[in-house]
Amino acid sequence: MNYNADEKGYYGEFGGAFIPEMLYPNVEELRENYLKLMYEDSFQKEFNQLLKDYVGRPSPLYFAKRLSEKHGCKIYLKREDLNHTGAHKINNTIGQILMAQKLGKTRIIAETGAGQHGVATATVCALMGMECIVYMGEIDIARQAPNVARMKMLGAEVRPAKSGSRTLKDATNEAIRDWINNPVDTHYIIGSAIGPHPYPDMVTRFQSVISEEIKWQLKEHEGRENPDYVVACIGGGSNAAGTYHHFLHEPEVGIIAVEAAGKGVNSGESAATSALGKVGIIHGCKTMLMQTTDGQITEPYSISAGLDYPGVGPMHSHLYKSGRAEFYSATDDEAMAAGLELSQLEGIIPAIETGHAFAIFEHKKFKKDDVVVISLSGRGDKDLNTYIDYFKLA
Amino acid sequence: MNRITTKLEEGKKLLSIYFTAGYPALNDTVKIIQDIEKNGVDMIEIGLPFSDPLADGPTIQESSTAALKNGMTTEILFKQLKDIRKSVSIPLIIMGYFNPMLQYGVEAFCKKCQEIGIDGLILPDLPLDVYQDEYEAIFKKYGLINVFLITPQTSNTRIRQIDDASNGFIYMVSSASVTGSKSGFGQEQESYFERIAAMNLKNPQIVGFGIKDEETFQQATKTAKGAIIGSAFIKYLTANGTDKIAEFTKLIR
Ligand SMILES: Cc1ncc(COP(=O)(O)O)c(C=O)c1O
Repeated sequence: MNYNADEKGYYGEFGGAFIPEMLYPNVEELRENYLKLMYEDSFQKEFNQLLKDYVGRPSPLYFAKRLSEKHGCKIYLKREDLNHTGAHKINNTIGQILMAQKLGKTRIIAETGAGQHGVATATVCALMGMECIVYMGEIDIARQAPNVARMKMLGAEVRPAKSGSRTLKDATNEAIRDWINNPVDTHYIIGSAIGPHPYPDMVTRFQSVISEEIKWQLKEHEGRENPDYVVACIGGGSNAAGTYHHFLHEPEVGIIAVEAAGKGVNSGESAATSALGKVGIIHGCKTMLMQTTDGQITEPYSISAGLDYPGVGPMHSHLYKSGRAEFYSATDDEAMAAGLELSQLEGIIPAIETGHAFAIFEHKKFKKDDVVVISLSGRGDKDLNTYIDYFKLA
Repeated sequence: MNRITTKLEEGKKLLSIYFTAGYPALNDTVKIIQDIEKNGVDMIEIGLPFSDPLADGPTIQESSTAALKNGMTTEILFKQLKDIRKSVSIPLIIMGYFNPMLQYGVEAFCKKCQEIGIDGLILPDLPLDVYQDEYEAIFKKYGLINVFLITPQTSNTRIRQIDDASNGFIYMVSSASVTGSKSGFGQEQESYFERIAAMNLKNPQIVGFGIKDEETFQQATKTAKGAIIGSAFIKYLTANGTDKIAEFTKLIR
């Protein structure tokens, strides 16, 4: 089976481009050009140079000795938290800002949940001297205040999304509306493996550097390129897509996804899309999404703003439906506990999103010799306020 | 013959009104439709509310949110419209986003539309190629006209494609914007209207987005066959309730 996007952006039955005609010229321009542009030698050279000198890649693959002892398997951490700006998001924004330049765009818009993608976008806009507008749900502006300040300091304008649940889904709606209103000079940097074709495929390709590096790094550590499992948390699914990419067609590698269960999958306050979702259309693609029987999109909930999204990227819907990946979900409490454990066993405070990936050990027992690579998608600085409140640290 | 086709053959400029079903109150739908017809309007777009209306500005977003809060669903809308053809004879079009239709079942939805006497559908996020590959046969089986949008950014080649795929009229979005956001038409719109008119398309065009008064209606219909008012009508309902629809239509023509 093929797990990559086909020419029309379908992963099995999922994907495509369900966009209003107003967006057609923009999306079509991107679709026609993205592969050609991103594989030009000059693009690749500039992209790789920036990843190396500016982002600080390759990010280490770190053998987590104490965590491994605790959970009885060999755990490696892919340290995306050490990237400039503190998460995997910058791999994608570097790629897309170069794409925007090649397409002659001068104005950048983005949506953000946790603010990591917003910061990563504001950062590359500062780097390239481009105007930057970031849409962010009002609720997220409140719970991710440090990132809002960072975006402003970087020269971006942060516009609150005030409709619906006032979180990531609504910020995405506002960004799409902005693009409809500004079709000529603007490029929309989507922050996850979601949206109309070619976005999920383009974002996956930019993030695939994660698994490309894991392969040679693991070879150095273990003498083999393929781990037994790769594990990632899924909001829209960009860190997961990048972590899985080069392993999707290696059947001996188990693919594991962890979604946010919020207060419990069946609590009514959850973002566990694979468990609760049905096939539908959200933000321009056909994918699994949480919705009412009437087709209205449900408001999700998670303690982590970056996972608080009612859908998953179409690639992940396909991995779920085809059985290629195992899907789990972790509650707020499990993710917070896993974040605390990682902090105290390895001296690494993860983002709360990332904490969900580490909660896998609550749900799955690995064998002693299993080599498990976990995507440490981001660091926890932005979440300190939430950690302080939750663990009464102040 | 489909009522839209018949209406388009009349020698006059057409005024069409969009409203969100279930707004201001859940059960206003039938009364609003009847009053709009009584006041000489030629065609109605009944908005099926959606939680995430990407192509709409704040006015239609808010009316959709309110309608959903009032309890509007696809099933309820169909129930409300069950006997609409006993009292209303102008063309009725359902305008909505694709996901609610997909969840209802595309064929079941179309069948229900035919039973009620709905003449056409406007689904901004159902793209041309998907429609042609998967759904055109079903729409046709139930006698429904599917209406596509074009914008000032749509290329001539694509406009020709859309013209070929259309069997009623083309919805001409007046400017690069979501609904309800532009104030008045300028030079840019006029040259766009003229450019489209000069293409001699086989389907007539009806202009929407930004039509709000007599002036914009006149400007839009100088070349186009008609114009659609949406946000301005909803704002009027919000301010004046549902009893003064006659006064609204008098403001237009
Ligand atoms: C650190 C971190 N991990 C994961 C995510 C979830 O996004 P995705 O599923 O696209 O990787 C986010 C989103 O903001 C994030 O900041």
